Amino acid sequence: MGDGLVQARDLRKRFGTFEAVRGIDVDVAQGEVFGFLGPNGAGKSSTMRMIACVSPRTSGSLQVLGMDPDRDGPRIRARLGVVPQLDNLDTELSVRENLEIYGRYFGLPRRHVRAKAAELLEFARLTERAEDRVEPLSGGMKRRLTIARSLVNDPDLLLLDEPTTGLDPQARHLLWERLYQLKREGVTQIITTHYMDEAEQLCDRLVVMDGGVIVAEGSPAELIERWSTREVLELRFAPEDRPAAADLERHAERVEVLPDRALLYTADGERSQAALHAAGLRPLSALVRRSTLEDVFLRLTGRTLVD
Amino acid sequence: MAIEERAAAARAAPAAAPRWVHGVLLVVESFWRWYRRNWRATAVSSVLQPLLFLLAFGLGFGSLIATRPGAAAATGGVPYLVWLAPALLAMSTVQSAAFEMTYPVLSGFKWQRVYLGMAATPLTGAQIALGHLVWVAAKMTLTGAVYLVLIALFGGAASIGVLGSLAAAVLTGAAVAAPVMAFSASREDEGAAFNALFRFVVLPMTLFSGTFFPVAALPAWVQPLAWISPLWHGTELARAAALGTGTAGAVLGHLAYLLALLAVGAWLAVRVFTRRLAP
Repeated sequence: MGDGLVQARDLRKRFGTFEAVRGIDVDVAQGEVFGFLGPNGAGKSSTMRMIACVSPRTSGSLQVLGMDPDRDGPRIRARLGVVPQLDNLDTELSVRENLEIYGRYFGLPRRHVRAKAAELLEFARLTERAEDRVEPLSGGMKRRLTIARSLVNDPDLLLLDEPTTGLDPQARHLLWERLYQLKREGVTQIITTHYMDEAEQLCDRLVVMDGGVIVAEGSPAELIERWSTREVLELRFAPEDRPAAADLERHAERVEVLPDRALLYTADGERSQAALHAAGLRPLSALVRRSTLEDVFLRLTGRTLVD
Repeated sequence: MAIEERAAAARAAPAAAPRWVHGVLLVVESFWRWYRRNWRATAVSSVLQPLLFLLAFGLGFGSLIATRPGAAAATGGVPYLVWLAPALLAMSTVQSAAFEMTYPVLSGFKWQRVYLGMAATPLTGAQIALGHLVWVAAKMTLTGAVYLVLIALFGGAASIGVLGSLAAAVLTGAAVAAPVMAFSASREDEGAAFNALFRFVVLPMTLFSGTFFPVAALPAWVQPLAWISPLWHGTELARAAALGTGTAGAVLGHLAYLLALLAVGAWLAVRVFTRRLAP
């Protein structure tokens, strides 16, 4: 992949004796939305910070926009847009001032920055709050402002570290819609998330990380196809008549028994449910759903993604 | 040109990293914009507090000792207020340096995290550290000039030499600001160490650097402590400029000490910022 915007080979990051990233290969192509999916501590943010040229790699090779972050950090950063995990807006300044000041850090002319700020206020739907201080804004508005700010230099590559963590569903959907618009405009994006629905919604291609390594790679559909079944039957039983795993396994390709429920992986959830009923098993509740990346993750790591 | 055309024209130009000094100035500009909006909040500590010192010691305490025979000998024959004013100027910049370079610096890393936002742009840790330092020096010049006008209004300025005192005061403030900045940037806690810094370094320094009385009035064994105090060097310089009492050797010595402290402090601050912003 010669035209890759990011190319990493055996990339590693060590903090003291702890190795956060343990040898990963990554290729991100022009125009795609690429995801790092994994639980907290999987090494996603460390990887992201190396790509953002704010954390030198311990070993391995890394090229961002065809340059080496160790040598060309400022030149690469000039063409990146970064949405950090924690907002770092200047809360004592206005929404507009935050955009204008940030544009100036890139050495952009004042006139250009003023025009750009007006355009980005529209994009983030914050025009009416332009002259307000940032401090009292809602979490969703601050996040939209941070995303708008990351676009002030018309970046070639946008890095979003857990863009919707901590937001309510409505704010998340608005943000996703904005990111989708950027994708249509051809902005290459790299997103880290521990929400599988976010990864499914946004990413063309993703890698699943766990414990500092990549455990699977592909499009959301490919990953589900490869590592899970089409449907999942979720069962809850009363504690006293919880069946043995073996009794469930007869009716599914694979069974995961979690503390609060059992997941039966099967091509046809309805049929499995009927078969269970015929065998005399009586769950408190039964739900048939499609497989998600959460199931992929469970299969690959034996753990659930969130908590 | 329409907004869209302007934006398109600028978009066509490839984004590049600002040149080195330009990057420092962009950081200064950002602090200036913040100050333009929020200066009222800092005016109290940077002008009102030094003014109270001027009133309490220069006028109040000064009137008490005006007729005492020893006082004129200690001040070299000039009124106490005139003798005190250049030293107060230096004291005010040192105090504001300590204030500006503690909690605000830690906040840049921990609470507001504005440094982290800057570090994601082409700006480097060195440009961010030096930009903040240059801004603090510029702000000390500004508030110092306001203080100087007040001093003159109360009759504390004997000659045009007080402009030299202002320069000496700003240099002293910067020489204190740089190492304090490095210290603050290296703190991981919630700033508990700053209380110790204020109590055990800044306060004794303001009391025993020859501001209110000559260091010679201290016991002989304490006097070497004053010599390591940057404020003592700054006070001597500021006074030499205002009263025309300095010898070339002494002035060069004070300048060398303050410039060395500034250089070492700035070097340390750049190092700590660079490491902390790119772990």
